[in-house]
Amino acid sequence: MNENMRIGQEAVEAKGWWLAHKWLVLRRASQLGILAAFLAGPWFGLWIVKGNLNYSLTLNTLPLADPFILLQSLVTGHVPEKLALIGVAIVVGFYLLVGGRVYCAWVCPVNLVTDAAGWLRERLGIKGGAHVSRHARYWILALTLLLAGITGTLAWELVNPVSMLHRGLIFGLGTAWMLVLAVFVFDLFVMNRGWCGHLCPVGAAYGLIGKVSPLRVTAVKREACNDCMDCFAVCPEPLVIRAPLKDAAKGVGPVILASECSNCGRCIDVCSKDVFSFGSRYNNAASMAGVAQAAPK
Amino acid sequence: MESAKKSVLAARRQFLLDAARMAGGVGMLGLGVGLYAKQAKALPPAAIRPPGAGTEQDFLGACIRCGMCVRDCPYNILFLAKPEQPIATGTPYFVARSGPCEMCEDIPCVKACPTGALDHKLKDIAKSKMGLAVLIDKETCLNFLGLRCDVCYRVCPLIDKAITLDLRHNERTGRHTVFEPVVHSDQCTGCGKCEKACVLEVAAIKVYPVKLAKGELGQHYRIGWEEKQKAGGSLVAPDAEHKYNLPEGMHYESGKGLSSGPAPTPGAGVDSLQGVVPNPGRNAAPAGNMPQNIPGGGLSSRMTDDAPR
Repeated sequence: MNENMRIGQEAVEAKGWWLAHKWLVLRRASQLGILAAFLAGPWFGLWIVKGNLNYSLTLNTLPLADPFILLQSLVTGHVPEKLALIGVAIVVGFYLLVGGRVYCAWVCPVNLVTDAAGWLRERLGIKGGAHVSRHARYWILALTLLLAGITGTLAWELVNPVSMLHRGLIFGLGTAWMLVLAVFVFDLFVMNRGWCGHLCPVGAAYGLIGKVSPLRVTAVKREACNDCMDCFAVCPEPLVIRAPLKDAAKGVGPVILASECSNCGRCIDVCSKDVFSFGSRYNNAASMAGVAQAAPK
Repeated sequence: MESAKKSVLAARRQFLLDAARMAGGVGMLGLGVGLYAKQAKALPPAAIRPPGAGTEQDFLGACIRCGMCVRDCPYNILFLAKPEQPIATGTPYFVARSGPCEMCEDIPCVKACPTGALDHKLKDIAKSKMGLAVLIDKETCLNFLGLRCDVCYRVCPLIDKAITLDLRHNERTGRHTVFEPVVHSDQCTGCGKCEKACVLEVAAIKVYPVKLAKGELGQHYRIGWEEKQKAGGSLVAPDAEHKYNLPEGMHYESGKGLSSGPAPTPGAGVDSLQGVVPNPGRNAAPAGNMPQNIPGGGLSSRMTDDAPR
């Protein structure tokens, strides 16, 4: 990679701006579109969706419920009514198919905030900061359930920036913006990809749902990789890429199987060699051609 | 072999250290959030939950903060708590003084609740227990001052059941009646219409969460007259006749108590007197010894006319 080149510049030169930003634009359209659908009711009286990401009713027929919050509620000892159970079944079914953390990359409003922080961090050349294991989110996930059990209340909801931002935008933000700003500043100065990539238990829960999802990003043309490192630089979860991209010789298949991958598709965008694409987890044979080509390198 | 064993031990040591580090950090976070959650359970007195909400403890576990009840309330009285408010963030509430519950017959807020945090078994809004109205300031309540304001009583959706006007003598004027509004907790739904309607600058009648407003008798208390009714008769031995050591010239009758004068012939007087005694349970003061000039009272002081008209 040319030191003076920005991430993805090579891809823009090779494929044109649109193909180098396609998934990013689609993703922003998805995030903002979902938010707009929720806001159309309170702002313009167009009630497409009622509620918020914890539970919503679309066109007065389709219930959708967040599995993470319902699990907490269940731990407190409350068995929800039918609508919430149907809603959670639909949501879990959907993310089982498309990948759990699709929620993080394509739906969650906090992603806009942390992506902005990540982008600014890169532009300002801010390096280093606190180091915490990426497994911390699973510990925090366990903690939220433990707290629900001990206090008998949805304790995490008191501090959860994800639901607070989304609910706040629709029902009135109050001082929730301070918490969102705190997440932004934390990601910018304290920890690279800190909130979404290390701490957020909502993302951790969705990640666990997506452990077996068939829709995955796959490094199908990994033999074309020219080691520009743009995908690693742009990926919010760079640990998931290495083995599928580089370990063909060890018999590792090209599919990114790690459930931390949010199927954001930025790696597909920024790769000038079109190594990545969306595919199925079942086309994961470490092809002999790949091994044969990788071996001499 | 030896080095392999060493590396296993080192890896184990590293694993335990990492786990301890993580548990420590996450434990600190958990302690903070847990203590905050404990405080957030205390609902401020002005915040009233929507109908069917149950106890605050149950509600905070069952409500998923989705706001569906807020959306389906046709009068837009419900709000979701913001982080800076002393109510669990994202949970619904209303403030009676600014917007009381209008008691919709179909209870749309309860129907909208996807989890049953607002209990779907509640079908009759008159049976809801959102809170309990308390006439908390008798010094400023206009009815206590002798006027016929009656507004809280008039607006009550359960007029004459949840709020009644209890009549009593106006001791100050001596010739008028005080119409005291009395709230009955078995009927009051806590809708807050009385608090909203109170004409004072600050309402004299207010709705509070039931837990704050309602007293509770000790488990061992039995209310005598209720028990008597249940049993169909007196549960204690009937009064024994007092015969001895009475003041001179006085006698005692069962049901009537002490009175002056000679004792009536046994067996004849008691039954015939029973009907005319106004308050048979009370020990009436001996009528014959009643002083005629009670200081600060009596007929003469009642003649001064300072009653509101």
